[in-house]
This record gives sequence, C-alpha cells and structure tokens, in this order.
Amino acid sequence: MKLPPVAYRCPESLDEAIALLAADDEAQILSGGQSLMPMLAFRLAAPSVLVDLRRVPGLDRIAIDAEGTHVGSRVTWRALERSHALAAAQPLLAAALPHIAHYQIRNRGTVGGSLAHADPAAELPAVALTLDATIEVAGPAGPRRIGAQDFFLGAMTTALEPGEIVTALHLPPAPATRRHGFEEFARRRGDFALAGIALSLDVTLPLDVTMARDRAAPRIEGARIAAFGIADVPLRLDAVEAALEGAVADASAVAAAEAACVASVTPDGDPSADAAYRRALLATLLGRALACALENPPAERAA
Amino acid sequence: MSRTVRFALNGVATALDVADRTTLADALRDGARLTGTHLGCEHGVCGACTVIVDGLAVRACLMLAVQADGADVVTVEGLAPRDGGLGALQQAFHEHHALQCGFCTPGILTTMHALLTEEPEADEARIRDVLSGNLCRCTGYLPIIAAVMAARGAYRREGVE
Repeated sequence: MKLPPVAYRCPESLDEAIALLAADDEAQILSGGQSLMPMLAFRLAAPSVLVDLRRVPGLDRIAIDAEGTHVGSRVTWRALERSHALAAAQPLLAAALPHIAHYQIRNRGTVGGSLAHADPAAELPAVALTLDATIEVAGPAGPRRIGAQDFFLGAMTTALEPGEIVTALHLPPAPATRRHGFEEFARRRGDFALAGIALSLDVTLPLDVTMARDRAAPRIEGARIAAFGIADVPLRLDAVEAALEGAVADASAVAAAEAACVASVTPDGDPSADAAYRRALLATLLGRALACALENPPAERAA
Repeated sequence: MSRTVRFALNGVATALDVADRTTLADALRDGARLTGTHLGCEHGVCGACTVIVDGLAVRACLMLAVQADGADVVTVEGLAPRDGGLGALQQAFHEHHALQCGFCTPGILTTMHALLTEEPEADEARIRDVLSGNLCRCTGYLPIIAAVMAARGAYRREGVE
C-alpha cells in the first residue's frame, strides 16, 4: 500500500530533533526506516511527521575504548559488518549481524532503529541483554542511560518516554578469553527468527593445580543466555544459566543446558510454530550455541 | 507537503517535485518515468525495487524520495552502456537464461551490480547469501547464480560502473 499522508523534517541537530518531537505528539523518529517504512506501508503506523535523523551529527560513530564499545544510534548494520575493530571487541554482536534481515536492509537499517522498534524476534535486543548493554537516550529532560534489562518492556514497547530518542548503545568491554555463541532459525534466510539464542560465558581452569585430575577440568563460569522470538521480549534463561554455573565444560554441559531449557521455558505459540515446537527448537539452538562456545576458544585478539 | 528533491539519477542531475510521503520507488517510476524499477510487495520483502544509492543497494520502497536529496542514485536503466547494448552483468543474464518473466530482474541486477562493484571476488556462498534478499518465482535461482559468477571477471578487469 502507499504510505499514509505524512510530513517530513530533517533537523540538523539533536536539540532540533528533540524540539520537533516535543512540538507534536504524533511525530515519529525516522532512522534507517527499514522497520518503520513497512509499518507505514501496512498503515500500522500513521505519524503526523517523520523526523529524520540522517543529518544529526555524531550519531554514526563507532568508538572502542577502555569503557567498552560505543555505537551511535544511526550506525548501520553494514557499518558494523565492515568494522574489524568491532568484530574483535564484540564477537557476539559480530556473530549476530549476518542473521539480521538481508543485504539491502542491512545497508540502511540502524542500531537505534532496532532498539527503539523492539521487535520480539530481533537479534540486537537479545545481544544487548546478553552483554549487559546500556542504551543511551536523549529527550526534553536531557540524556539518560537505561540498562538493556529495563529497556524492553513488551512487543514493540520500550522504556523510552514520549519525546525521547535513542542516541547510542554502550557495550561493556569483555576479556579476550570470553566465549560466545549465536544461533537462530528462520524459515528462510533473513526472515524473522522463530527462535534464537545469544550467549556468552567464561571457561576457567581451577586455580589449584594439585587437585585431582577430574576436579581440575575446565568449568563454565558466568554464563549469560538470552532467548528471542519466543516471547514478547527477549528473555534471560535464568534456570539454564544456573544449571551451567560451575559445570564441567564438555558435552555433559550441553545436555544439561538443553534439559534445563526444556524444563524451564514456556514459549509463546503462534500459527507459524506452536509452543512445543518452539521449546524443542530453542533447546536445539541453545545446544548448538553452547557447543560452539565451548569448542571454539576465542582467537587471539589485538588489545 | 510537497517539495523539490535534487539528486544525480544515472549520472544526470535531476530535480523532481514530490510529496513528503512519496517513496523513492514511486518517484523514480512516476516522477522520473524510469519504470525499470519494479514494485512488487511495497514493504521491503521482495527486492524487486532495489536501486543503488551512494553505492549501496537499497530497497527503493523503504526510502522516502526526500531522503535521496543530494544522493547519487543508479537504477537498472543506468547499468546499460550509454551508447546502447547491455552491461556485462546484463549480458551474462542473457547468456545464462537468468530470467524468465523478468519482474524481479531489475532488483537482482542492481543488487548484484552493487555487490560485484564492491566485492568482485565474491564467491558463490556470498552471492547466494546476498541473493536471499531478492525473490524470484521463475528461475529457481541457479541460472542467476551462474550468470553472476560468470560476470565477475568483467568487474575484476574494469571496475565496471
């Protein structure tokens, strides 16, 4: 369908963008437009004015420092894919990128758009949750930061107050030895996932090397696991994380994780995949992601 | 509201009067009268409307015409040499029977032109991955992949524009 009538503004500064939003309750931010434009075409959204962020300076930067990785909200998937520094600093995010929509969509779709849109099947919200990311927003009351665990409130519903704009995603630094895994299943490449898993963990050797051999096996520590596509928000799998804490890092951990997942997760069902199927699928994806994390020690990374 | 949007269209400075809500795809077809850009789904799924904006393959239905102001836009019409005939990729599609009804072809040509311009060494796995953003209901994709693979040499040699 053609888009509903809508006005267009292209502010030159963040303050101007905030003022435009404040002046009109029905105004909406336009970033890459790869989710909003389809919603307009379906007439699921009918804002009075689109406030395009493309000329707002400073939102398209990727910076990596001792505090972590800082990604401006206008950074596209393509820019992330092309950043070798990002792949080294945030391998879980890098592993998720090829799963995000298609080539042409990744050329325009943005980090801030994905976070603000908050689709339950989107990859970035789950990655942000796994990595304990912080989302920076700006609005009439000034800037503030919101933890990913507090940001996603429901399907396409976030903690953004009216008039607030996502300006950046902050990912904490991770030790080079951290392991990660990312898996999702969609019926066709680039489609929204029926279910997906993003996880990170550490594998540590006990410090006391005089221990009996079997007790000196490498163990899993600090697993953080988020599932997406199974509920209206990405979910941490607390029961699975608990089952893995201190577990010997081998195939038995994979089996234990899958069992804990099946026992603890009750996915939403829909006509494309019922709850029982989604639960089985999620456990399988979890097993694959965990096996990948355990089998592939991170490559040596430049500091 | 309506305004004038100015951009380079297949290398030619172009000015179009468009309403704010007009997509780039509609502006190209109805305003510039370049109907090579096809509109299939109009919500970003089929890839038929793909054009190249500032070197990047994008869905012209998921972009407002006003957002193209100042940009360099290339459509399927811009892939052919100015003196007529077919570009290297188009010729390869012809030789490999990489189209049947032809509806999806403009979007596939623009997508693959952008890919090979940037990545002339793209392997079959990469080509298949990128092609996943374009739906074709006739060919079964195999002749398309063969054509794109065959056209790579021209992009390596010449940096085809």
